[in-house]
Amino acid sequence: MELFYLSAHEAARLLQNKEISAVELTREILKRIEQVEDKVKAFVTLTPEKALEQAKAVDEARARGENLGPLAGVPMALKDNLCTEGIRTTCSSKMLENWIPPYDAFVVRKLREAGAILVGKCNMDEFAMGSSTENSRFFPTRNPWDLDRVPGGSSGGSAAAVAAGEAFFALGSDTGGSIRQPASFCGVVGLKPTYGRVSRYGLVAFASSLDQIGPLTRDVTDCALVLQAIAGHDPLDSTSADLPVPDYLAALRQDIKGLKIGVPKEYFGPGMDREVVSVVRQAIDRLSDLGAFCEETSLPHTEYALPAYYLVAPAEASSNLARYDGVAYGFRLPGKDVVDMYMKTRREGFGAEVKRRIMLGTYALSAGYYDAYYLKALKVRTLIRRDFDQAFEKYDVLVTPTSPTVAFRLGERVGDPLAMYMSDLCTIPVNMAGLPAISIPCGFAQGLPVGLQIIAKPFAEEILFRVAYTFEQATGNFRRWPEI
Amino acid sequence: MEYEAVIGLEVHVELKTASKAFCSCSTAFGAPPNTQVCPVCLGLPGVLPVINRQMVEFGIKTALALNCSIAPICKFDRKNYYYPDLPKNYQISQYDLPLARDGYLEIEVDGVKKRVGIIRVHMEEDAGKLIHGEEPGADYSLVDYNRAGVPLLEIVSAPDLRSPDEARAYMEKLKAILEYLEVSDCKMQEGSLRCDANVSVRPKGSTVFGTKTEVKNLNSFRALHRALSYEIERQISLLERGERIIQETRAWDEQRQVTYSLRSKEEAHDYRYFPEPDLVPLAIGEEWIERVRSTLPELPDARRERLIKDYGLPEYDARVITGSKALADYFEKAVSLFPDPKQVSNWLMGDFMRLLNAKGLEPQEAPVPPENLAELLKLQQEGTISIRIAKEVLEEMFATGRGAREIVEAKGLTQITDVAQLTAIVEKVLAAHPKVVEDYRKGKEKALGFLVGQVMKETRGKANPNLVNQLLKERL
Ligand SMILES: [Zn+2]
Repeated sequence: MELFYLSAHEAARLLQNKEISAVELTREILKRIEQVEDKVKAFVTLTPEKALEQAKAVDEARARGENLGPLAGVPMALKDNLCTEGIRTTCSSKMLENWIPPYDAFVVRKLREAGAILVGKCNMDEFAMGSSTENSRFFPTRNPWDLDRVPGGSSGGSAAAVAAGEAFFALGSDTGGSIRQPASFCGVVGLKPTYGRVSRYGLVAFASSLDQIGPLTRDVTDCALVLQAIAGHDPLDSTSADLPVPDYLAALRQDIKGLKIGVPKEYFGPGMDREVVSVVRQAIDRLSDLGAFCEETSLPHTEYALPAYYLVAPAEASSNLARYDGVAYGFRLPGKDVVDMYMKTRREGFGAEVKRRIMLGTYALSAGYYDAYYLKALKVRTLIRRDFDQAFEKYDVLVTPTSPTVAFRLGERVGDPLAMYMSDLCTIPVNMAGLPAISIPCGFAQGLPVGLQIIAKPFAEEILFRVAYTFEQATGNFRRWPEI
Repeated sequence: MEYEAVIGLEVHVELKTASKAFCSCSTAFGAPPNTQVCPVCLGLPGVLPVINRQMVEFGIKTALALNCSIAPICKFDRKNYYYPDLPKNYQISQYDLPLARDGYLEIEVDGVKKRVGIIRVHMEEDAGKLIHGEEPGADYSLVDYNRAGVPLLEIVSAPDLRSPDEARAYMEKLKAILEYLEVSDCKMQEGSLRCDANVSVRPKGSTVFGTKTEVKNLNSFRALHRALSYEIERQISLLERGERIIQETRAWDEQRQVTYSLRSKEEAHDYRYFPEPDLVPLAIGEEWIERVRSTLPELPDARRERLIKDYGLPEYDARVITGSKALADYFEKAVSLFPDPKQVSNWLMGDFMRLLNAKGLEPQEAPVPPENLAELLKLQQEGTISIRIAKEVLEEMFATGRGAREIVEAKGLTQITDVAQLTAIVEKVLAAHPKVVEDYRKGKEKALGFLVGQVMKETRGKANPNLVNQLLKERL
C-alpha cells in the first residue's frame, strides 16, 4: 500500500523502528497533497515549511533517544476553526480571512507536544455552519470518492484530507454532526467525544453548549490514539470535565459478546435512504453475528431534536458571532459612523448561511419570544436527554445510520436549507444530549461510503471504541481508499 | 399639591481583585492603554472565560455586609448589545439568578434613621474605554481595553429613597461599607464607583408609583444630589403643567447642570439575555459563606458606636470620622499617639479635611501621616507653638510633607515664653500707643485686644497669648 494511506499507528511504527524519518514521511504527504489537492481542495492554508521544520525537530529528538509519544512525526491536519499561533485561522470566512491567532488552542498545544506534524488547515463550512462545506467563503471541498459530490460538513476539509491521503488524521469539530456526517460521507472514522471530554479552549465558537472537538481518522485504533492525546481537563475551559482520562487503547478489544445494543426505530423511518438503511441493517446483523444482542427500541422525542437544535444553536451563534464587528480584528469595511461600519462589515464579512442563523438566533432570543422559542427548546433538550438516559438503562450502546443519505452532489441542496439541515437528522440528537458517538465505515451504497453511528452514555468512549474496533476488525474490507 | 420623590439607585462597584473577572490580567488603574489585556479579555475568537474566585468572595463579603441572602446556586448570563468598548459585544453578567438578594442598609438623615432595601447584588464584567480623537477635524475613536473584564458588582436598591439627601446618605453609607470591606477603591472620579438613579414623583401619600426616568452619569456625590434635585423639580413642574412624564433614560450634564434625554423607552435595548454557555452554574455552599462571614471586618455602624463608647466622641464627630474607613483608621492611630480624642477629632474635621479636600486626596493619601499630626498637637499642647502657628504649620506640612517639629525649628516658630523678652516688647507697645492705653483705662475693654494684637505682630505670632495678656494687664 502507498505510504500515505497507512494508518497513523502504522506510520508511527515505521517511525519508531526508524524505517522512515519524520521528514521523509512529511515529504511523502506534501507530495501527495501536491498531486491531489487541486482536485480535492481540502485545505485553506498549507504549512509545508513549518511542517518540515517540525518533522526535523522530531527526528532530532528521536536521534537523541528522547521518549516520544505514538503521534510524534505523524503528519496531520486541523479544521480551520482551531486556533494556531502564528498560522491564520479563517473559519473559511471572509471575516477572519487574514486573522492570525496569538495563541494555540488547547488541542493544538496537546498535539504539538505529542510531536504531530501540522501540514495545513482544512476547509469547512463558514463558522462550521453547514453540512457540505459548500458554505466555505473560499471554495467548496470535493469528496475524494466522487469529485462531483460533497465531502459533507462542516468538517468536510478534514474528512476529505484523511480520505485522500493528504494527512494521516485530522481534527474536526462537531456541533450537530459536523465530524460524523463528513466521516460517513468520506468513508473514514469520526468521533464526537462527550461534551466536556475535550477542552474547547481555542475552538472558534459556533454554539458553545453543543460544540465538541474530535478526531477524523483512517481506523478505530487511530481514533483512540488521537483522543488519548487531546482529552482531559483544561482549567481554561470551565465546561471541560475534571475526570481521569482512561486508557483508550486498552479499550480496543475484539469482543462484544453479550453486549446489549439498542436500535432506535426513529432513525430508520421516513426521510432515510432505503439503500443506506439496508447497509446499516446488514451492519447490525453483523454485530449480532459477533455476539451482541441487538433489539429495536424507541427514542420518542427524536423528531423534536432538529427544530430544537435550530433554535439553541443559532441563539448561541448569534451571540458568539457578535464579536466580529470590524473594531479590533478581522475584516472591516469602513462606514460613515460606527453603526454603519458594523453593518457594512457584517453584511460583507459573513456569508448567507451565517447571516441566516444569526437572524434566527437573534429572533429566538428576543423579548417576547424567548419563552416560546429558546426556553421551549431547552425543555425539548431535557426530554431528548431523558430518552437517551432511559435507553442506556437497558442498552450499552445505540446504533443508527450516521446520515440519511450518502454524499450528495455539489449544488444539490444549496438552494434548499431545509434539505441541507435534514442531513444532520441522525447526529443532532447526540449533541443535544451531550453524548459521545462515533461514525465508522460500514459498507457502500451507490459506490459511496455509508457510516454506522454508535452512541454511548456520557464519558463511555471506551465502549464505543470496543464495538467499533470489533466491527472494524471483523469487516476490514470497508477500509478501502478512493482512486483520485 | 405636595409631591414626594421615589428614588432607587443602581450602583456599580469595581472590585479590586488582583486579576480580572474571567482572565488573569491585572486590574491596576492607570497603565498605558491596552497593556493589561490578553486573548480572553480582548474577546478573540476561541477564548473562554474562567470565574475569578476572589471576585465571588468579594461579592459574598459585600452581600453579607448588606444583610443579603446568598443564593446557593447562581449563574452567569450574556447581556447582548453592540458597543465598540465591549470586545465580545456581549457582557457576562447575571440575570435571573444573581449572587444575592433581599438585603438592606441603614441611613440617617437629619437625625432620622431609615432602612433602605437592597433588591439584589450581582457580578458582571466591566467594558473598556473609548478615547475620542481630540485634535481639530479628528473623526476617529480609540479603544483602551485595560478596563475590559474588570469585575463589577451591581447593587440595586429598592425604591425606598425619598429625597436627594437620602440618596446621598445611601451612597455615602454604601461607599463607607465597601471601603471597610476593602473590596473596592470606591473612587467616583476614576469610575470605580458609579451610580444610576431611577426617579419618579407622586402626590404625597399616594402608594402607586409615577412614571420613572433613569438618570445616568452621576459620578460624584454632588452630581448625584444636584441631578436628583433637578430631575425631581423637572418632573413636578411637568405634572403641574398637566404634562406627562415620558419613561426614558436621561443623563446629567455637569456643565449645564441639567438632565437631558438619552433615549426613550422605545429605543431601549433588548439585551436578549440567555445563560452563558461557557460557564457552569456556580454553587456557593454554607461553608464558603461562613468562612467569608468570619472575615467580615468591623463595619461603620459598629465602629461609630465604639468611638462614642471608647473615646467619648460626640455622636456627630463619630459619624463623620467613621464615614470613611481611612479617616477612622487615621483617627485611631493619631489618638494612640496623642490621647486627646476630641482634640484630634476637631483637627481632623476642621483644617485637616479642608486641606485634604483642597488637594483632592483621600485620608490615606495625606502627606501628613498620623504620627506627624500627633507631633503637631503635642507641640501645641505643651505650649511650644500657639494654635495659630499650629494651623500655619499644618499647611506647611501638607505643602512639603515635612514633620511638625522640623518646620517649627527651621522657621523659628517656637512660642516666646520668656517673661523678660516679652516684657520688653509689651513696654514698647504700650509706649507706642498712649491713646489706646488711655481708652482702656477709661473702661474700653476692646482696647486690650488691639494691644495683644500689636504684641503678636511684633513677635510674628510667636508670643504666648496668655502670657501677653497677663503682662499687659499688670501694666495697665
Ligand atoms: Zn485578560
